[in-house]
Parts: sequence; structure tokens; C-alpha cells
Amino acid sequence: MSTSSEIYSLRVNGTDQHVKDAWIGESLLYVLRERLGFMGSKGACEQGECGSCTVLINNDAVCSCLVMAASAIDTDIITVEGLAPSESPNDIQQAFVAEGAVQCGFCTPGLIVAVHHLLETNSSPSEIEVKEALSGNICRCTGYGRIFSAVQLVISQREKSIS
Amino acid sequence: MSTRTTSKQREVLGVSALRPDGLAKTQGTFSFSSDYTADNMLWGATLRSPHPYARIISIDISEAIKIDGVETVLLASDVPGKLTYGLIASDQPVFASEFVRYMGEPIAAVAADHPETCRRALDAIVVHYEVLKPLTSIEDALNPNTPSIHPDGNVFRHQHILHGDANATGDIVVEGEYEIGMQDQAFLGLEAALAYPDSDGSGIELVVATQWLHEDQKQIADCLAMPKEKVRLQLGGVGGAFGAREDISLQVHTCLLALRTGRPVKMQYTREESFFGHVHRHPGVISLKHHVTNEGRIVKIEGTMKLDGGAYASTSSAVLINGVTHIQGPYKCPNAVFDGYAVRTNNPPCGAMRGFGVVQACFAHEGQMDKIAKAVGKSPVEVRLLNAMEKGDTLITGQPVESVAPVARCIRETDALPLPEPLSLSAGTMELPGGSGRTSELHNIKRGIGWGVSIKNLMYSEGFDDSAEARCTLGDGVATLKFATAEVGQGFVVLAQQIARTVLGVDVVVLDRIDTNIGSAGSTSASRQTWMSGGAVDGACRLVRERLFEHVAHMHGLDPLQLIIEDTDIVDTMGPLRISVSEASKGVKITQTFLHQHRKTEELDENGQGNCHVAFAFVAHRAVVDVDVELGLVKVVQIATAQDVGRSLNPLALLGQIEGGIAQGLGLAVMEEIIMQNGIVKNPSFTDYLLPTALDAPDVLFIPIEEPDPQAPLGAKGVGEPPCISVTPAIVAAIRDATGIDLKRTPVRPQDICL
Amino acid sequence: MTIFSPRSLTEALQVLNEHPAARLLAGGTDTMVEINFRHFEPSDIISLRHVQELQVFETLSTGYRLGAAIPYKQFENGSFSHVSGALSEASRTVGSPQIRATGTIGGNLGTCSPAGDTLPVLSALDAQIELSSINGIRMLSIHDFMLGVKRNARVSNEIITAIHIPKINGFQGYAKVGVRNAMVISIASACLIHNMDKSHIALALGAVGPTIIRCRTAEKWLTQNADLSTSTALTTEVIEEFGRLAASEALPITDHRSTAEYRKHAVGVLAQRLLKRAMK
Repeated sequence: MSTSSEIYSLRVNGTDQHVKDAWIGESLLYVLRERLGFMGSKGACEQGECGSCTVLINNDAVCSCLVMAASAIDTDIITVEGLAPSESPNDIQQAFVAEGAVQCGFCTPGLIVAVHHLLETNSSPSEIEVKEALSGNICRCTGYGRIFSAVQLVISQREKSIS
Repeated sequence: MSTRTTSKQREVLGVSALRPDGLAKTQGTFSFSSDYTADNMLWGATLRSPHPYARIISIDISEAIKIDGVETVLLASDVPGKLTYGLIASDQPVFASEFVRYMGEPIAAVAADHPETCRRALDAIVVHYEVLKPLTSIEDALNPNTPSIHPDGNVFRHQHILHGDANATGDIVVEGEYEIGMQDQAFLGLEAALAYPDSDGSGIELVVATQWLHEDQKQIADCLAMPKEKVRLQLGGVGGAFGAREDISLQVHTCLLALRTGRPVKMQYTREESFFGHVHRHPGVISLKHHVTNEGRIVKIEGTMKLDGGAYASTSSAVLINGVTHIQGPYKCPNAVFDGYAVRTNNPPCGAMRGFGVVQACFAHEGQMDKIAKAVGKSPVEVRLLNAMEKGDTLITGQPVESVAPVARCIRETDALPLPEPLSLSAGTMELPGGSGRTSELHNIKRGIGWGVSIKNLMYSEGFDDSAEARCTLGDGVATLKFATAEVGQGFVVLAQQIARTVLGVDVVVLDRIDTNIGSAGSTSASRQTWMSGGAVDGACRLVRERLFEHVAHMHGLDPLQLIIEDTDIVDTMGPLRISVSEASKGVKITQTFLHQHRKTEELDENGQGNCHVAFAFVAHRAVVDVDVELGLVKVVQIATAQDVGRSLNPLALLGQIEGGIAQGLGLAVMEEIIMQNGIVKNPSFTDYLLPTALDAPDVLFIPIEEPDPQAPLGAKGVGEPPCISVTPAIVAAIRDATGIDLKRTPVRPQDICL
Repeated sequence: MTIFSPRSLTEALQVLNEHPAARLLAGGTDTMVEINFRHFEPSDIISLRHVQELQVFETLSTGYRLGAAIPYKQFENGSFSHVSGALSEASRTVGSPQIRATGTIGGNLGTCSPAGDTLPVLSALDAQIELSSINGIRMLSIHDFMLGVKRNARVSNEIITAIHIPKINGFQGYAKVGVRNAMVISIASACLIHNMDKSHIALALGAVGPTIIRCRTAEKWLTQNADLSTSTALTTEVIEEFGRLAASEALPITDHRSTAEYRKHAVGVLAQRLLKRAMK
């Protein structure tokens, strides 16, 4: 658009991406989706209340709708697309399908990122720790039961593979 | 409760088959309607009224159109066809031109090169209004002296019910008033669509998230003044629906912008706009009077139900009929005098939401059952069992309940599920009411138990000509299915595959694109698609199987009637032949289309009598809550439920419907409400419209009651709506039990408990 | 319309001095909502993400100096959760885990909403706010810093660089009422700090007035009617009167989130409960 003045670059899933002619007010979510084509991050509230747009920035799980894209220069951004190659989904993604944690699926990519982040920082969370860690990701379809099952499945599978 | 399938099992009916779209959804590669994009695409946006009721004096778009990047601005005068739309009555303008009748009503649409340009263009449109005093109360709308706010009048529908002896009385009279707040469907995937105009402008293709492609197609075509076949719809991935995508929202606007600019146009609502862009659950007030015997048997019900339908008709009249015809609940009731009203106000339009009128009715009749129990000195379970409806009983509409009605069994099996452990001394703050706010300690908390039981009709009622079409093609061991059934998350896509695998003995089932290139499947609503589209897919697959048997029989000189499918083989029941389906179908291509229709229903007469519903499903819920009585904060601990499902076709998907419905019912019980003040929506955001989070989710114990329904094509009843119906009154009853307060209203607010 | 991403505090202060109308962007969790909802049209933005000085935490002889751009999660359960129990509890109630990973304590001050979760804690702790400009540093009491609904005493060429809080010998607690068990904006909140060395209990209330309310009357009454040099349990009468006085100091409004009546009631209950937790 006419009032844009920005050229900057973002490091997304390990690759530098140049953003041209952007409006300064664009959120990271908008830039990821509409300018860079990372459609995996979803927008459902634009105010950090639903978690559908969760991405990792410098290994923190954050809402990309609340990050000014141009301020995220010189950070490491990982989207759901960057968690696992499409031909080999990770154990969290497989567990979500196997346990029925996916219905409409709109919240799912954000949840996958949030669960990934949780298990990276705490490999054996208690049930209540799982709930608190996922309390920023609203799911309207499942009532969360199958999501908790999926997380428990991943935890037990990972414990088994270690022992 | 683990329901996982092993990898060896064939994913046929009855098995927890996995969704074909599941993995893509976890990877972010599944395309929702908002994920579509096109070269040379423009963005569209809608100008909406800030007033609930006003006369439009003038609209000036001259500054908006001058903005660099703005391609077009459209008003009502730019609509080439019908100026209004609507599911039942066509009373809602595509764009308001003379009056705006609710806050958020569309007035204009713009197309521009960037969403921010669109927003600036909207800011630059100058509308002069003469602000009028909004009609916002049901009572005012019912008052004949109130001026009409719409040419069609202020009452959408009145339905009287008179059944049995109007003068019958019991030993005891139990009265109650109940009020239900306005709930939002709050699907996560916001309204979005992308329209591609044909190069000559004679037609349009629309990718959209909807519940009913063909109904959209019809309404859009009327507004565009195009033949239906020129309006081609494709289902964009649907991020949840719950009733909110049954009405038109941005469909016509997107098409108009694309046709006017000759370029692809994408529209996508924000969350705030979504609150204005779709209908909500009807708020309402219900007064009920039960005449009962000393023992607690229902003799007669009397009362009224008044629903606020908001500014336009949407499905108000059907919601009302569902409400009034279910007001007796799943109980025997020989006599009834009841009146229902759905009215027009300057509040946001209300229409379909999961439960469709029965949620409101159930909140009232279940409140009454507890009052009856108290009045006759029985437990909530005893009084419900005493009155439980059975097969052969008659509804207050005179309609007999002809099929499976395991009400008592639902109650008993729910009652047999274990209660949760008492709160332990070591319970962490997150497990207590107030959660992370650390407000409560153990000694502040009281526990309560409450019950809710419900009856819900399945499919459309009142003589609606309802059908679903599906097509099956078999070749080289692969079945391909085509249907226009909207997959909104419920999992019809996996069910369709299971049906084909079961009927045809194939393992590979390809799903064709969901679009309007086949007959209508009807709406994904009213708990109807398993029955209707499931029946259609089943029927198409059976026809294909017949042709396949004929083919094999012809090749081997057998009678096709002696062939059956066993796993993945065709087997001769009278001889040695056993041939795999993939081998038998090598080089052949069999295509069959099937139209499934349910039995006819009737309209109600002036006394509300008639066989207006197709079928019914039942469910019982028992809720356990912890309440911080002093602060009025509630934590729902456990929901136990047994549901009449007919037959469990996919236990994992079924459990997902149960748990998901319960969470929505929980929301209506303790937190979800669109707050209205003089026609103004006060909380159109996820900061202030609160949805249950992971920390609000209760433990769910679930028992499916499997008594196959002989009238259902697969023996299975629809399971989508019942989970969210009686859980709300069960939770509110549990709060009443914990606090001793006679709560009349849902959602229950902290101040309702502690002040 | 430019976004500046200074790499040092000096650079940030210089840029700000040249562009005094610029919006300072810390975590962005408030500013981006304003932009997304079109309540604010961004012109120049100064992103503080890469200003390392604002992330610095220091232990001082009498307390702590908290870099203004430290995110909530560091106080919740991260490296700095030991500095203040109440700050830790308050931080845990801010939005979602995603918000707490991004939003900063300085941002909470900058926005200065009466519902800001850490603000009652900073008020009850009598925190000092460190404001820097190219002219130097000035220290301002939290009570002088917060002026009203989303208004504070920062002037346009200043950056909130740090918050100074004391070490406290005694109980500190925070409680917040929301209708949901997580991720909810405060309907009413309270922070109680028991300073045994000074025989004093401080109580601050959130979301029940145009800004955070310190309950001076209740505090004074309690000092006169209880021995606060220890944590001995108090009588029911004292606890109830303290709650009553606290509630009477609240100036709540009715809005779509709650009613004035409920908020007043709730802060009275919270004051009593926190006092009981402190004195047992």
C-alpha cells in the first residue's frame, strides 16, 4: 500500500526472508501468512486470547498476532511448518491425530507449537501443568479431553524411548 | 478412556478410524477458507452500523473511492438482484439503505489492495443517520402498541400448544421463571471467502466456509440475479461452525466486489466483526408451571417461552418450534397449554446454534424437575426416572415417540458412573475455583451435584423437504466419494470413508472436492449429517456393490444374490468363489448416485399438534461443581453422561463430540454471554467474551447407550447436539445444590451467587 | 512512519529525543492489540526488543532493580521468581503463557491500566520507577507515577528503564478475581505485603478505581489494632473490619465485566483472605 516505508528481513524456520513495502502496523502473523506464505499460523482473535497464531521466537512460544513484524528482526522465528518436515510429521502431530485431538483443526497448529514448547522445557509435566501450559490456546471443538490424551501419549512414548 | 485403534484393524464402521485431514491440520497445510489466496487478489471489507436503530439520511463514498488502492465501494443500489436474503424469510438486506436495525448491520463494502487500505476506506465513508430509539426488550416487541421496526412486523412467530385436558390439575403446582443469555458459537476459524469472477462476468466461483453450500448458492444467485448454475461454490476448510455458518454473512458481498472489479476478492472477518457478522443463540425468558401428583408425576405443564430473535428472521421461527415442542423434556406429560413467541428487536439477529431452541427449553424444564423433586421429597434422579419417557409415549404435539427412547437407561447409567474424589487437602490452586487468581482455599469451597436430562429432535422438522445426495465410484479397488456435505470439523469425512470400506470391502477411499457439482447434502446442522449424508453415502455404496456383484456374478455364472462382502473379499455364499474386491473391480468403473430422504414430517396445527419431527435422541448429564460461595466463583469438576447414540460408528469421533459439546454447555452455564445494553454489544472480543480454557475443562465420564435405531440408515442417531443441551442445566443445578440459591438465569455470574 | 530498533539504551534515548512522539514498543502485547483493533495508528515506533540494558536484573543492598523489559514469565517461575512472591503470583495471572513470555513489567507500567496485574504489587511494595532520558535518570514513586486510567507521569523523552523494589521480611500475596480459571482480565484484585521489620501491612487494590488504590485507611487502622511485628493470627473481628475498610476505599464502576457492587464486595473478601494468609 502507498504509505508503506519498510524493508526488513526476518529469519523464519532458519531462512532469511525479505519483507518489502510493508505497512509498519503489520503483525508478524499477517506478514508470515500474507507476505511470506506461512499459512500454518492461524488468526482468530488478534489480541492474544486464542493462541491459534502461536510461533516460537527465540524459543519462546508467543502469539504472532501481538508481535510487530518489523520488530522481530534478528530473532529466530519458528512456525509450525518449521517443527517437522511435511513428509515426516513429529510425534506430537501424530499423537494429535491418533488421539482424536483434531476436529475442525483451526486451533491445532498453534497447539502443536505450544505442546512442542512445553515438552522442550518440561519433558514430564503433570496433568495440571499441561493444562496451564495450554490455557492460552482456545479450542472450541474438542473440549480439550483428546488434546490432553495426545499430550500424555507423547510424554509416555518419549519416556519409553528413553528407558 | 482410551479408544485408539490398532494399525491392523480395518477402518470400517464401529472402529475409531482416523480423520483423513488430521495430519494436514496438525502441520498447518490444510487450507481453511481464510488460507486461500489468488494472484491479483483484492481484499474486501464491510462498513457496519454503529447504531442499533437509525434511519440512514445519506451515504457519501466520494472520499473513500479517492484513496489510493481502493478499487470499488458498493452500496445497496449496486445489488443487481434481490435486495434481501434469509434462510426462511428473506427479510435481511444485503446492504442497509433506509434503516439500520442492529448494531453491526452492513451498509457498504469496499475492495482494495491491502486490508489496512480497506479499513481507511471504511473510515472515509460518511454516513448521516437519524438515530432512533431502539426496540430492545421482548415485552416491548410483543406490545401491539409498539411501532413496527420492519415491514414484516415485530413478531416472527407465535405458536400455541394445547394438548390433552387444559383444565387438568395435579396435587401440587410448581412454578418457575428462567432466563437464558445470548451465547455465541465462537468458532475459531473466522468467516472468510475468496470469490473468482468469470472473465466475462457471467458467473462466479466462491470458496467459502459454510454449513450448507447449496442454500448459500441459491441465496447468492438470487441477490446477484444470476442463474444458480453460474454461482459455483467450493467448500473452503471450515474452522468450526456450530450453527453460525448457516446464514449468509460475507458471501454476497464478496461476490459483488469480485464481479464489480473483475478481480479475485478475499473477505475475512476479524473477531470483532465476526460477533456482528453471524447470528447468535436466542436469549429468552421461559415461565413454566407444572401440575404434579403428590408422588411427583407430571399431570400438566403450562407456560410461555419468549425468544429474542433480534433484527432479522434468520431461523427464529424454527428455533421457536423446537423450543416449544421440547418444553416437556424427556418426560411423560399428558396435558399441556403452552405459548411460544419469537420476536424482532434491534438486538443482533439470532438463529442457529447447536441445540437450536432445545437448550433454552431444557434449562427451564430441568430447573422445574429439581423443584418438583424438592416439592415431593424425592431425589433429582428419582423424580426423573418416575417421569422418564418411553417408546410409544406421546409428545405434547400429539406425536408418538416411535423409536428407541432409552431415557431411564441414560439416567441410570449416568448415575452409576463414579463420583469424583472429594477435594484433597493437597489440591493446588489451579484445581480450585478462581484458578490462577489464587482466590480460594479449601475451606471456602462447597461442592454440589446437579442433573440434566434432555430430548432433542434430529434433522429438520415441520414438513421440510429434506434430502442428501452422494455419489460413489468404484474402480481398481479404489472407491471415490462425492458429496456436498460441509465438513465443519465433526468428522463426516472419516465416517464417509468408513461407510465405503464397510459396504464395499475396499481400503482406499478417495474423497472428491466438496462443492456444488453434485446435488445438495442439506445443512451440516440439526445432528443430521450422519443420518442424512451417511445414508446417502451408504445408499450410493450399496448401489455400487449391487453392480459389482452383478459384474462378478456375470463373469462367474452365478446369481448376484448369493454374493456378499467379507472384509475385502467378495464371497459366494453357495460355492467356493472368493475374490478380492480390488481384483474384481480391476478395469471396471461403476458410478452410482443416491438420494437419501427421511420420512415426511407435518406442520403443526393451530393447537401445536402434528407429527412435526423425524426422530429423537436422549442424554443425561450429572455435573459436580466446586463453588467459592463467598466470591461466587465456580469450577466444574466432573461431568458424567450417558447418551443415546443408536450405534457408535466411530468411538473416538463420538467421544470428541461428547466432550466438545459439554465444554460449550459449560460455557453457557458459567461464563459465555454477549452482553447487550440498549442494543449495543458490549463485549465483541475474546478478551471479554470468555470461552472455556484448558483449565476450565472438567473430567468427562461417558457411556454410549447403543440401541440401534431401526429408522436410521446406519442405526446411528446424530450425536452433535445432545452433549451441549442438558449439561448447562446440570451445572446450574449443581451450583444451586452447593449454594442453596434459586438461580433463575444462565450463565450464572459471580454476583448471582454471592450478592 | 519508521520503526527504530536501537541496540543500546543510549541509542534508544537519542532516537526518542529526536522523535518524542514515537511509540515505545516493549513486548507489544498492548500496543499490537491497539493497532489490530484500530485504536491506535502507529507513526514512529521505537522497538526496545534489542536494548540489552532493559533486560538487566540487579540485586541491591536493600532490594532489587528490575529491568523494565523483563517479561512476566521471568518473575512467574523463571530466573527472578524469588524476588517477590506477590509479583510471581501476579505475573502468573497475566493473560496466557504466550503473553507472559512477551509482555514486560515495564509495559504494564507504561500502559497503566487499573487492571494491570503487576501494578497492585508494585504499589503495595512502594516501588520506585526509574525513568531515563538523555538528560539523566529520575526516580519516581509508583504512587506518583500512576496518574489515572492509562495515564502515567512518564514524559515524552523518557523511557521506563527499571523498577526498584525492596526486599521484604514477611508474607506477600496477590489474589485476583476472574470468571475463568485462567487467561482473564482482572475484575478485582488485591496485593498484601506484610513488612514485619516495619510492623506494617500494605494493601493495594486493582481494577476497582481509575488507578491502583492503596488502602491507607485500612492499613492505618490495622497498625493501630494489631501487632504486625509477628505473623500471629488475628481475631475474626479484626480481619472482617480490615476487609470492610478496604472495600470502603474501593471506587469501582459497573461495566460489561462486572458490577461495582460485586467488585467492592470482592476486594473486601480478598483483603480478608490475604490477611488471613499473612497472619496465621
